[in-house]
Amino acid sequence: MLTMILRRIFLGLATISIVSLIIFAGVEILPGDACTQYLEQDQADVELLEKCRDDLNLNRPAHQRYTEWALGALTGDLGMSVNGEAKISDLVGARFANSLLLAFFALLVGVPLAMLLGVITGLWRDRKPDIIFSTIAIFAMTIPEFVSATLLILVFSVWLGWLPGIVLTSAGSPISEFFPEILLPVIVLSLVMTAHVMRMVRSSVIEVMASDYVQMATLKGVPYWQMVFRHALPNALLPAINVVALTIAWLLGGVVVIEVVFNYPGLGRMMIDAISDRDLPVVQAIALIVASIYVCINLTADLMTMIANPKLRTMYLRK
Amino acid sequence: MSTAALTENPAKRQRYVAVLLDVMSRPSGAIGLSLVVFHVCLAIISPVIAPYDFKLQDASLMLSQPSNAHWLGADHLGRDIFSRTMLGGREALLVTGIATPLAVLWGGFVGILFGLTGGRLDEVLMRIVDAFLSLPWILKMLVLIVTFGTGLEVLIPTLAFFYGIPVIRIARAATHDVIARDFVWAAKARGHSRISIIWRELLPNVLDTLMVEGAMRWSWMLLAFSSLSFLGFGVSPPTPDWGLMISDARGYMSFAPWGVIGPVVALSSLIIGINLTADALAKALGIDRAQKAPV
Amino acid sequence: MSAPAFINIQNLSVGYTSQSGEIIRVLRDVSLSINRGESIGLVGESGSGKSTLALAALGFFKRGLRALEGDVEFDGIDMLALERDDLQAIRGGRLALIPQNSGQSLTPTLRIGQQVAEALRLHSQLDESDFEARVVELLTQVRLPEPATLVSRFPHELSGGQQQRVAVAMALAGEPDALLLDEPTTGLDVTTQAHILELLRDLASERNMAMLYVSHDLGAISRVCDRVVVMYAGEIALKGTTKQVLLAPRHPYAHGLLASIPRLTQTSLPLALDGRPPMPGETITGCAFADRCGLADERCRSTPPALKQLESGEEVRCFHPDRIDQLPVVNKAAANKTVTQKGEVSADHGGDALGLNQLAISYAKPSLWNQLFSSGSTPPATVDNINISIRTGETLGLVGESGSGKSTILKAIAGLISPKTGHLVLNGEARLTPKVEDRPALHLRQIQMIFQNPDDSLNPRHTIAQILAQPLRLYFSLTGEELRQRSIELLERVRLGSHYLDRLPSQLSGGEKQRVAVARAFAAEPAIVLCDEVTSALDVSVQAAVLDLLNELKTQQGTTYIFVSHDLAVVKAISNRVAVLYQGRLCEIGPADAVYSGPFHPYTDVLLGAVLEPDPDFVPKLSADDVVELSPPETGCPFQRRCPRKLGKICETDTPPARLFDNGHQINCHIPETDL
Repeated sequence: MLTMILRRIFLGLATISIVSLIIFAGVEILPGDACTQYLEQDQADVELLEKCRDDLNLNRPAHQRYTEWALGALTGDLGMSVNGEAKISDLVGARFANSLLLAFFALLVGVPLAMLLGVITGLWRDRKPDIIFSTIAIFAMTIPEFVSATLLILVFSVWLGWLPGIVLTSAGSPISEFFPEILLPVIVLSLVMTAHVMRMVRSSVIEVMASDYVQMATLKGVPYWQMVFRHALPNALLPAINVVALTIAWLLGGVVVIEVVFNYPGLGRMMIDAISDRDLPVVQAIALIVASIYVCINLTADLMTMIANPKLRTMYLRK
Repeated sequence: MSTAALTENPAKRQRYVAVLLDVMSRPSGAIGLSLVVFHVCLAIISPVIAPYDFKLQDASLMLSQPSNAHWLGADHLGRDIFSRTMLGGREALLVTGIATPLAVLWGGFVGILFGLTGGRLDEVLMRIVDAFLSLPWILKMLVLIVTFGTGLEVLIPTLAFFYGIPVIRIARAATHDVIARDFVWAAKARGHSRISIIWRELLPNVLDTLMVEGAMRWSWMLLAFSSLSFLGFGVSPPTPDWGLMISDARGYMSFAPWGVIGPVVALSSLIIGINLTADALAKALGIDRAQKAPV
Repeated sequence: MSAPAFINIQNLSVGYTSQSGEIIRVLRDVSLSINRGESIGLVGESGSGKSTLALAALGFFKRGLRALEGDVEFDGIDMLALERDDLQAIRGGRLALIPQNSGQSLTPTLRIGQQVAEALRLHSQLDESDFEARVVELLTQVRLPEPATLVSRFPHELSGGQQQRVAVAMALAGEPDALLLDEPTTGLDVTTQAHILELLRDLASERNMAMLYVSHDLGAISRVCDRVVVMYAGEIALKGTTKQVLLAPRHPYAHGLLASIPRLTQTSLPLALDGRPPMPGETITGCAFADRCGLADERCRSTPPALKQLESGEEVRCFHPDRIDQLPVVNKAAANKTVTQKGEVSADHGGDALGLNQLAISYAKPSLWNQLFSSGSTPPATVDNINISIRTGETLGLVGESGSGKSTILKAIAGLISPKTGHLVLNGEARLTPKVEDRPALHLRQIQMIFQNPDDSLNPRHTIAQILAQPLRLYFSLTGEELRQRSIELLERVRLGSHYLDRLPSQLSGGEKQRVAVARAFAAEPAIVLCDEVTSALDVSVQAAVLDLLNELKTQQGTTYIFVSHDLAVVKAISNRVAVLYQGRLCEIGPADAVYSGPFHPYTDVLLGAVLEPDPDFVPKLSADDVVELSPPETGCPFQRRCPRKLGKICETDTPPARLFDNGHQINCHIPETDL
């Protein structure tokens, strides 16, 4: 069991190091660097450029800079942004907290709703509730986020005037000030993720309900709901762990389009701004953070599945 | 032999016809396929049938309501929204229409190759794939687009490259499933060459999965393309594009809400159409797509 | 016939509505009654509707199916009209089901104890505090080892036989008055199956239960049941006592079915039943069996026969129950062939087609991770110390239970697994390279393999023509018309017509697919054909046809077979020589007659004792426990842990010596020749 966990963690770390390499190499390959950007590209004269590069240590070999950057990242030092003269870790920290807030509420609404609807549509397969919710889910899943967001703003903000259509609160404000502005973005996000998770739970429920052991439980005289809760759902919801993990990673990885539509000061918008400004150190930092979160969450989900699934658990425990 | 046999062989041809008929006999497939066909046809003939020039600006029409002459009204520059909506999918369909097969081809090729190789090399490749998947798509795309521009020659290879990476995973898993089956062992035991086994035994069976996967990639790519346009990183004005049109019209939504209707309906119907088709195709081919995690 | 029976099914029809709106009947007008203390066997091939009937007794229908007409009563209660709550009280309580494949019927996330206790909670008056003791008691009653620790195990940690016993314990928890058994021993090893059946027999007589035993295996049924019902195409074809049905069947289908079962007492091949049953929904104008029946006449094809009672008490759905004795009894042609074949081999003694020398195969390949982080010795090889020479033109049968390494040996011969040590010699001279990739074309062509499941061994995307073309192009570079002619020839040799060429495997029945697989193997004109459980996925009547076909091809071409099977009767029917394997080690090898008649290796004795014959007077003898061993012992005899005749320490330490008898009959055992 322990070696298995260690092995997974090792693989996760390997992935993160590969990501860091890709990020660093990606930025390295792109034409131009922080100094050409800072000194407004082509007009900068050679001497200034050289001086700037010396200041920022950009003239040293790539592998040295990579090691330095990676080591720094390990200790939480992500370097300085090019134009802001601010520590990237501080900049990113505030934005990340906002993204976390948005993700938290979206998950709070979305996950229970998705489980509930997935179970309902799975149990009442091909009947009215299933047809209604599954159709809605297809729409919610396929329509681009900016389209559904635009439509919701049109309805709730423009026509009905119930909710503000745009977030005006600035990045560092306390949580309470984000209400009620945060509601519409939360609704849009939970709509999309509910649709995804629901469809997955639905097919998993259908598969389990058709299994021999559910039939056996029925023929053993187990009452319907007891059968559903004791025999079917523990098995049907196991694969949901991984899907929920992917959704969390997606939510934290910067839901760029939604943040732009609602003008929400999260990680996603910061990323877009950094890319537009060619603030490469910030881009690198955000990429590394988001990728690490993705890997960690998936790792957690894998480990949770291993613990929750007796087949996997005993495989490593009693050998 | 395979291509010749494929066209000559009645049973084979029957299968593809049967799959197509099956897709069309399902309500989702019938609706989906007709939406897709409609959009493709529209993209081809729209330059001929569009009632107005998409660039034509008429200050008197600025943000005007729908009327008999302009069914969907006019935008903030006084251009006919109906004409622009008709034309607005061309760029998207062209880019994704080329990039999707490319993505499936290269992703499928690499996936099958490493699925067959296995071992340490495969482990390393999967870590790299994981690493790429862990980065948000928009970050990867934007970095390239901001650097190299938004021309077709940048968009197509970029989309094809990044959307091919998840295909590697799918193709690899499908390969693993197929090579464990006895007919592959049988071919091996007969002494067929590796290439012959891949070509005759493996490919026909992995192809179904890749086809469904391709349809899904297409819809996600469209989503990505229009999102980029919406964010201002895609098609450059004045070329009409749904994402861009929605983004423009949003600013005037409080007093001219009809501006978003046309592109919203057009874009949504196309993406839903592709998804419904993919769904029906998966069912017709006996692959349950819902089982796979949405990566 | 005064009081209604305990389980009483009257004129039941079950069906579903097809996509085109048609009503398709799976069961047609079936009546069946079972009294207390009576056990009835329900026999039929796949698709005959027997499982549907058993589940209908519980008032249960699989998704899509529904009762169209008829009644199902249990102890006077109308099961089809019952509310869900009342059904729940009966199901698993007074009327319990023991399912097929318990591995999939036990909920994977619940512990064994929880699942049995659940049945107690639902159906017994016991106090919650007494559950634990009662669960252990039940598990002991079904003869499970260490019941106290077993309660905290999950289903997947148990062997197939143990899972099946848990299912029995769960059924007993509700103190049932009647048991429904749906293929409860299918898929289990012979010794395990025999043990479970003995358990069921004992329980049934102890508790005076009514039993409905569904199986395709007449051997199992003959052991457990008083009366037998034979189903064909959703109808009852024959009802009678076990003796009547099994010894003198009065329906041509039952007759054919019985003749198609290979038996230990027979020396010839079983008789094939040609054709296939009608699919549900197919229009049947007369008797459903008419197309396959040797007695069918005009009336049979036009008028459906009714089920009528004979003077001797059986009920038969046939116009000609008196003419059954006109049907052939023994496969005379095949019998003659095997006899002559056996003669030829001993006379000719030409040479060895294949020699296995000191063959050892190991599956375990430590990964990099394990090499780095875990120490410890390597486990003993999966297959070890195999020395067998196969003579040209003979059929060597390899038998053993699951895990005996028999399929592994075939794979090594085919070059799909590389042996750890030892080598293979082809035709007594050429040494075979271990890897198939390195073998010269001639060697490749000479060795062909047929797999267990044709669904898996035929590429679903290829037409039959393409499947047959593969070896023909590869070995003979045939193309065009030549290729087509040869393919047709091959199809005809396996008794299929040229119209099959353009079909896909999914359009063929199981037996037809396996024939195509046979044709593909013979397309190479091989010297040696490796048969890996080639008939285990098929119904018995189809199995007989495939065996017959294999035998015919062999006589025509003088092919050498290595025939792997877990079914001792099948191996006996087709083999000249037989090798018995346990845990990848050779226990016994010799001429088929000698291996089956003794002297025996203790393991062979155990295996043969557990075989069930479709004969009500046959009693199996069970001498060893049905424990499943996961890996062979490191030293000594492979069978030491289960052997009923174990001598002592020597069996654990020393590799057993070869005891030699007449005709090359060899037994590897420490027990001296005279005592075996």
